[in-house]
Parts: sequence; structure tokens; C-alpha cells
Amino acid sequence: MGWAAIRAYTVLVYLFMFLPVAVVVLLSFNQNQFGSFPMTGVSLRWFEALWNNDAVMRAFRTSLILGLLTALISTTLGVLASLALVRYNVPGKNLITTILIAPILVPEVVLAVALLLFLNWLGIGKSFALLLAGHVIFTLPFVILVVQARLVSIRRDVEEAALSLGASPVQTFFSVTLPLLMPAVAAGALFAFTISFDDITGTLFWKPGGVETVPTQIFSMLRNSISPEINALGTVMIVITVGLPLLGAAIVRSIAMKRGM
Amino acid sequence: MSSVQLNNIVKRFGSFTAVEKTSMTIEDGAFVTLLGPSGCGKTTTLRMIAGLLDPTEGEIVINGKRVNDVPIHKRNLGLVFQNYALFPHKTVAENVAFGLRYRNVPKAEITRRVQDALELVQLPQVGNRYPKALSGGQQQRIALARAIVIEPDVLLLDEPLSALDANLREDMRVELKNIQARIGVTTVFVTHDQSEALAMSDRIVVMSDGRVEQVGAPEAVYNTPASEFVARFLGASNILDGRCLSRSADEAVLDVPVFGKVTVPGSRAPHLAGEGPAKLVIRAEKLLLRDTPPEGGAFSAPATVETVDYQGQSVRYFVRAGEMQFQAINMIDERPFPVGAQVHMTLRPQDCAALPG
Repeated sequence: MGWAAIRAYTVLVYLFMFLPVAVVVLLSFNQNQFGSFPMTGVSLRWFEALWNNDAVMRAFRTSLILGLLTALISTTLGVLASLALVRYNVPGKNLITTILIAPILVPEVVLAVALLLFLNWLGIGKSFALLLAGHVIFTLPFVILVVQARLVSIRRDVEEAALSLGASPVQTFFSVTLPLLMPAVAAGALFAFTISFDDITGTLFWKPGGVETVPTQIFSMLRNSISPEINALGTVMIVITVGLPLLGAAIVRSIAMKRGM
Repeated sequence: MSSVQLNNIVKRFGSFTAVEKTSMTIEDGAFVTLLGPSGCGKTTTLRMIAGLLDPTEGEIVINGKRVNDVPIHKRNLGLVFQNYALFPHKTVAENVAFGLRYRNVPKAEITRRVQDALELVQLPQVGNRYPKALSGGQQQRIALARAIVIEPDVLLLDEPLSALDANLREDMRVELKNIQARIGVTTVFVTHDQSEALAMSDRIVVMSDGRVEQVGAPEAVYNTPASEFVARFLGASNILDGRCLSRSADEAVLDVPVFGKVTVPGSRAPHLAGEGPAKLVIRAEKLLLRDTPPEGGAFSAPATVETVDYQGQSVRYFVRAGEMQFQAINMIDERPFPVGAQVHMTLRPQDCAALPG
């Protein structure tokens, strides 16, 4: 065993993880009806079929709305919670932090069932609002962790300087704290969106009848047959969940560069 | 412009008392320094004047008006921090303009006043840059410009020079004092650096353990310390425990170890009321080491050089006389006394100060 062996082993692990993804992307451009090699030609016909598939497009819209609302609500709550926990002496601070972070520690199935049972007990049925609430609970920890880490690094005296110059606490938040927090807020929102966008476990439990998100749609399509459309849908999912955060990070970096921060 | 008055201010954090019943008056246009070691309550006092902390007891009066319940953003104060605290996401000009934006100042006037302020701190060219592109000294000047452009009632400076290099610090301290004198703003300056305090202040408030030890002009605090703490904190001093044998209006006669009877002028013993335990304060700069005893032999004592701390034009010696160690800072022409040299410590009684024991 030497470095060469370790290197080869690492390459194999990565191949094992990413090859299936690459195959899906590759086959989504296949002309052939059956997803198999060798490819007979390159075409966008499966993307077109996707575009014309009402069920998929509906699921897509649902996922998009759900993801955006989740990101909006999670980020707002996350920023407010982080401010309270970092900037103020809230009684029971540690307990509150633990409770807010807990959803990423608890297995998702357990969380999903628990929330469902709890709402059943309260006599509230499944609804889009419940689905949204579930996604918010599930994504909130990510936002809080990212925003808190950034908030700790923002010096208190910068805010105090703004106050001393005549800005009210609210004006100080919007003119100083929030702009300085923006990279973390953007990262948190992107996290929340992408996690919501490709969540399946919780969504399967929480979604009301007749409502499908993209992942549950793929799941139900797989039960019937393996259509090449699914490859195309997978490719779109990959572009959104991988491409969006990368794009966001690039934008944040370029802004930071401009300010020499 | 305005005066600041603290009436029996107390600040407690839980069971810890940071500031104990403190009163002081800072006159209109004065440059007053709160001086003391870390933890003495000077920053806490400044933050209470600023409105960043609420006093537990007592009142803060600015310009004749009680401001205890006025939030910081309505107090119209200029605040400068140790770490500059510039807004990193705003340009220099936007930083300086920040306070004016909340004061309904017309746009054209903002531009003009920002430029004036930048010229006052001798950085008229950097308006479009971001703070990170400036050096520490430049950033602190911008912070100062940002604080004074709003024409504050009081300028509060919290160790503004501590983060700068030694050379820059001395330049900045002259410049800061000049700017303050030019605009005449009432200024409260917090520092732990005695030379900054002595150089810049109209008045120094020496603090220790949440209490005011002494208030006075720099020369008064330096020449006639009111307590052993003040004597030790300002400058290097030798303090001898002894007795006051007699005290008249003109002079105080002290009996101290090593030197015996020393007659101190009355003006150097304002805090010594009468006979009893007393302390003699000898500044290290005033304790002269010589090869030979002085003519007449008064106020001289033999000693042995133990440590030599050579500093170029001056030397700091630690010498021993019997059981006692003395510190002497002497200017030298050529070479210092070597370690182990037998010397004579001499002093003039008018250079000593006397304290109650």
C-alpha cells in the first residue's frame, strides 16, 4: 500500500458515486426509446416530452413555489432567531438553540411521522400549508447555522457606530447588519430552497392527495416504468440543485471582491 | 457645544460593580481623559455617557438635560472606537455621510460637508475607496471624520489610538488634539496610556476599581499625585513609606528609609494634612545616579546597580540600597553604569511629592 493505492481507491469511490449521475445526464440526451448504451444519437426529445407532460409541469410548479416559500420563511425566521440568540440575552438560550437545530439530528422519517401524528392529534388534516411547515422546520437549522456563524463575526461596534450616528435600531439593522449578513442570508436561502426542492421522505408523508413535487413525481413515475423522460427530469433537477448554489456562491464572491472584503 | 455631568453614577453587572458612585463635570469644550488600567471602569463610564449602557443608579446630564432615558441614536454624540468600526460595505464617503443621512441634510450639503470633513482629517482623495483599502491610521481618521461631521454635542473616543503602530500613534495624537482644539468640541477620551493622557488632556480623571482616584490638570496629576495608585500609574515612581514629622503651609518634613529626613515643599504635598504616616514619591527621572556623592552630602544614598536597561539616550537602572530597590531613569552622555557599579543616588527635595500614608 502506498499513496498510489490510496489515490486509486479514492478515484474508484468517486467514480462509484458520480458515474450513475453522469449516466443519467448522458442518457437524457439519448435519441433511443430505451435507456441503454450505445447511444444512437443526440436529441432533446425527452426534454420536450417533459415540457408537454402536464403532470410533470404541475409538479415542477409545486416544487418551485414550495421551495421559494420555504426559502423565504426559513430565511426570515432563521435571521430573526439568530439575531435573538447571538445579540440578546434570551433566557434558555442553549435549550432554544438545541431545539431549533434538532431537526437535522433527528432521522427525517421520525420527524415526518411525528409532525403528521401531532397534527392528526390536533385534528388538522394534510394540506399544502402543512407540507410547507414541514419543509420550514426541516430547513430552518441550516439557515440558523449559517447565519449565526456570520453574525458572530460581525463586530458589535459597527452597529454601535451606526446607532451613535443617529440610525434607530431598525434602521441600523437594514443599513448595516443585514448588508453585512447578506452572504449568509443568501447561502441560507439557497440551502433552504435546494433542500426543499429535492426532499422526498418528509414530502411523501406530508403532501396532501393529488399534490406532487418533482421528487415524488419521479418516484411515482418509476413505479410504472422507466421512461427516458425521468433521465431528462433528473438532469433538470441536477442543474437546479447543483447549479443554483454554485451560481449564488459566485455572485457573492464577486461582490465581496469588489469591496475588497 | 455642551457640558457633560455625571451625578453619582453607579453601574453594576450582577453582583460585580464596574463603576461606584462617580460624579464628574466635563466643561464645555474641554478635552477630558479617563485614564486607568483595564477593568477600572473607564470604558463603562464612556459607554454610559454614549447611551450604550444604562447606569444602575445616578443621572447623566448633557447640556443641562437629563439623558438617562434618551436612546443612543437621539443623543447626538460622536463615537470613535478602538477598531475604527467603519462600515466595510460602504465607501469612505458613504461612511462619513452616514450620520447626515439621518439628519435631513440636503444632498448637496452632505457632499460638501463630507468633503470638508475628509479635508479636516487630511484625506480628501479617498472618498470612493472602501475602508479595507486604507491603512489603520487612515481608517481611524475616517472614523473621526464620520464622528465629527454630524457636529456632535460631545465627542467620545474609546482608546482610538491603541490599534495603531507606535510612531503613527504619536503623530495621530498630535493631530487628534489639533482637530479637537480647532472645532472646540467637548471631548471625553478613554485610554490606559499615561503618555497619551498627559499629552492630550485639559484634565485627567484617573480611575481605579470603579472609583475616581484623582481629577486634575496633567501637571497636577503628574506632580502631585493624590494616592499611591496615581503615583505608580503615571510614570515610573519610587515610593517610600515613612512618617510626616511636621507639616506647615510651606513645607512638610518627612522621615523615610534610606534618605532620612526630607523636606518637601508644601505645594508638592497638597493631599498631606498633617503629622502621621506618609509616603514620599520620587519620580524615576528625578533620581540621579552619580559616581561621587554631591557637595554637602544631603539627600544622597549609596546604592549598587543591579539591572541596566539601555534605551539609547536614556537608561533605566534598577539599583539596590540595603533591602530596597529603586528605579532611576537617567539621560546619559556616553555609556551607562555597568551592573555591579557602586553609585550615589541623589535627589532634590523639591522634585519629590508627599502623600498621606
